[in-house]
Amino acid sequence: MALLFRGARVVDPRAGLDEVCDVVVRDGLIAEIGKDLSIPKGTTIECAEKVLVPGLVDVHVHLREPGREDKETIRTGTRAAAHGGFTAVCAMPNTSPVTDTGSKARFIVERAAAEGVVRVHPIGACTVGSKGEALAEIGDMLAEGAVAFSDDGHGVQTSGMMRLVMDYAKQFGTTIISHCEDESLVSKGVVNEGVVSTRLGLPGWPSAGEETQVARDIRLAELTRCRLHLAHLSTAGSIEMVRAAKAKGLPVTCEVTPHHLFLTEDDITDAYDTNFKMNPPLRAAEDRDALIAALADGTIDCIATDHAPHAPHEKALEFELAPFGTTGLETALSLVITNLVAKELLSWGDVVSLMAHGPRDALGLSPVTLEVGQVADLTVIDPEARVEVTESFFESKSANSAFLGATLLGKASEVLVGGRFALRHGKVVDA
Amino acid sequence: MIQSRHIISIKDLTPDEITLVLDTAESFKEVNERRIKKLPTLRGRTVVNLFLEPSTRTRTSFEIAAKRLSADAINFSGSASATVKGESLADTAETLSAMACDLVIVRHKFAGAPRILADHMDAHIINGGDGMHEHPSQALLDLFTMRERLGKLEGLKVGVVGDISHSRVAGSLIPALKMMGATPIAIAPPTLLPARPDVLGAEVASSLDEVLPDLDVAYMLRIQMERAEGMPFPSVREYAKLYGINSARLAKMKPTAIVMHPGPMNRGVEISAAVADSDRSVVLDQVNAGVAVRMAAMYMLLGGEA
Repeated sequence: MALLFRGARVVDPRAGLDEVCDVVVRDGLIAEIGKDLSIPKGTTIECAEKVLVPGLVDVHVHLREPGREDKETIRTGTRAAAHGGFTAVCAMPNTSPVTDTGSKARFIVERAAAEGVVRVHPIGACTVGSKGEALAEIGDMLAEGAVAFSDDGHGVQTSGMMRLVMDYAKQFGTTIISHCEDESLVSKGVVNEGVVSTRLGLPGWPSAGEETQVARDIRLAELTRCRLHLAHLSTAGSIEMVRAAKAKGLPVTCEVTPHHLFLTEDDITDAYDTNFKMNPPLRAAEDRDALIAALADGTIDCIATDHAPHAPHEKALEFELAPFGTTGLETALSLVITNLVAKELLSWGDVVSLMAHGPRDALGLSPVTLEVGQVADLTVIDPEARVEVTESFFESKSANSAFLGATLLGKASEVLVGGRFALRHGKVVDA
Repeated sequence: MIQSRHIISIKDLTPDEITLVLDTAESFKEVNERRIKKLPTLRGRTVVNLFLEPSTRTRTSFEIAAKRLSADAINFSGSASATVKGESLADTAETLSAMACDLVIVRHKFAGAPRILADHMDAHIINGGDGMHEHPSQALLDLFTMRERLGKLEGLKVGVVGDISHSRVAGSLIPALKMMGATPIAIAPPTLLPARPDVLGAEVASSLDEVLPDLDVAYMLRIQMERAEGMPFPSVREYAKLYGINSARLAKMKPTAIVMHPGPMNRGVEISAAVADSDRSVVLDQVNAGVAVRMAAMYMLLGGEA
């Protein structure tokens, strides 16, 4: 069955495209791109005033399955992904049990094949149980579908262990994703050390707790030549180091989250709203400004959400006791449109670079481009749609969003995964 | 009466309201000196002392204050509470709310806990100390004592000495002093200063000895001597040597200057026994003012209601 996407603004800098035209999809592949196309049989999707881009991917999500299916499952998490305009997600391994063997990676792949609405690529742990003590079976996990390795949720505490991981991973050409957090500096920190920790009497999480490991891991990438991807960078200092590493030609990439781009420590008020408790924490306005500048100059490779669903009773605790994290899959694109595209800080081409090509390149995933013969993973965006972020807006099982109450501009209306609708007219289509 | 429904932060009060609390406390202090120390003001009102962290002094002070105003005062303390059985603070709040309490005094290990109570119940809340955040009634009684002994607050130079980073007392006192036109000066080893003392409103002095001659008040904070992590100073001996108040240091202060401490004191650490027992120490005046000030705070929150 053929699909005709008619009259969209089709944007893909890698295909040299930014023009109003039609796209025909047939047998799961892009069959034609051009003006005034028609199909003898099939479905026409009117896309006037809409933007059609290569399918977006989020390389940093927590799907919680196995172990915490009360917060999210592969099914609900991928529904949330489709709702947010993503055609694929990478699932972090800090589930229960931790994804640290090939069979556990295969479980994710099989569950996703059975129940997932969008593609799911597992990320394996780089050490057993993510404990930072012994190498995990990276080779076996790769064979079962893992695409990168991380002890996300924790920094690898010793430099020696991190070196071992990177040295070993190098043979596979895979990527190590580093969650940079020196626990001896961060300790019980829950908010940025500085104004907010002083104002609210909460333990501080200093910028240096991230930056010391960023510095270490960049140096280890230089030593081992292993591909390094730095997760959820939050400080101006980290960005500066990545910029220098890239200038040196090191195999280093990085991501930032929407919450670090669009919120600061000043948003944490004496309401002690635990939806603003994230790891790493919301930083100062100067850090936020440095992140936005680095998006524009190419220092940042991608936007990733660190989608972290939590149960209401867990987030209803005292700030110091509540778990870290905000959901992100369903608000990321709207936030980028509202705060960056509508304000002309980023072009649509930049959005494609940061949310489709950049993340795939960072983890070495198969590229998705709008070219004839390519797999039809694509996202259609209505840039004028209004989004009211309320609890009932979410497809995710959890509603712990730092953006609850916001009104945003722009939303995905269609998501196509391998030629199959995952989202149609803004509604999720089950697999 | 005061605008805010709760006293969670000292900043819930305006400077004028702080003055009103202190003025009201003066008349209650006079009541506390009578043989019959009881007023009918809050008869029939229920005050719960929800102390989820060990405390004797503050809890007793609030309990006496509530009883002297004829309120029914109930103690709900950490070890006896449902919280050890795994009940959330929000559920505890709703349980107390269902029992129709009028005022809850809360002491809790974690910052922001009074806010959770306020969000889940109809009662007024007084923060009796939350984590490393604030302890506003302590700041009020400290202001009362300073004003009583020195005649004013405006223009006073107050050295706050010691573990400022972990101190909820400092978290309320420093902004309170600033609001009342005094100059708070933070004096501590850098390892015991908060990340941004300026956010609280404090200037930072490099050494105690340098500022001593200028101070009207030396406010000595309690040093916590048991810590899970590494000690933030090499030894108690070195701390006392650099940051403790003793007779030699007292002699360098203005003749009118006073020494304060929120208690309980570590004699020989932040304050020498001789200074603690001298007529320049107002530690017991602080305790005495505590009851009157807490009566005033309760009266301000509840007294205007039918």
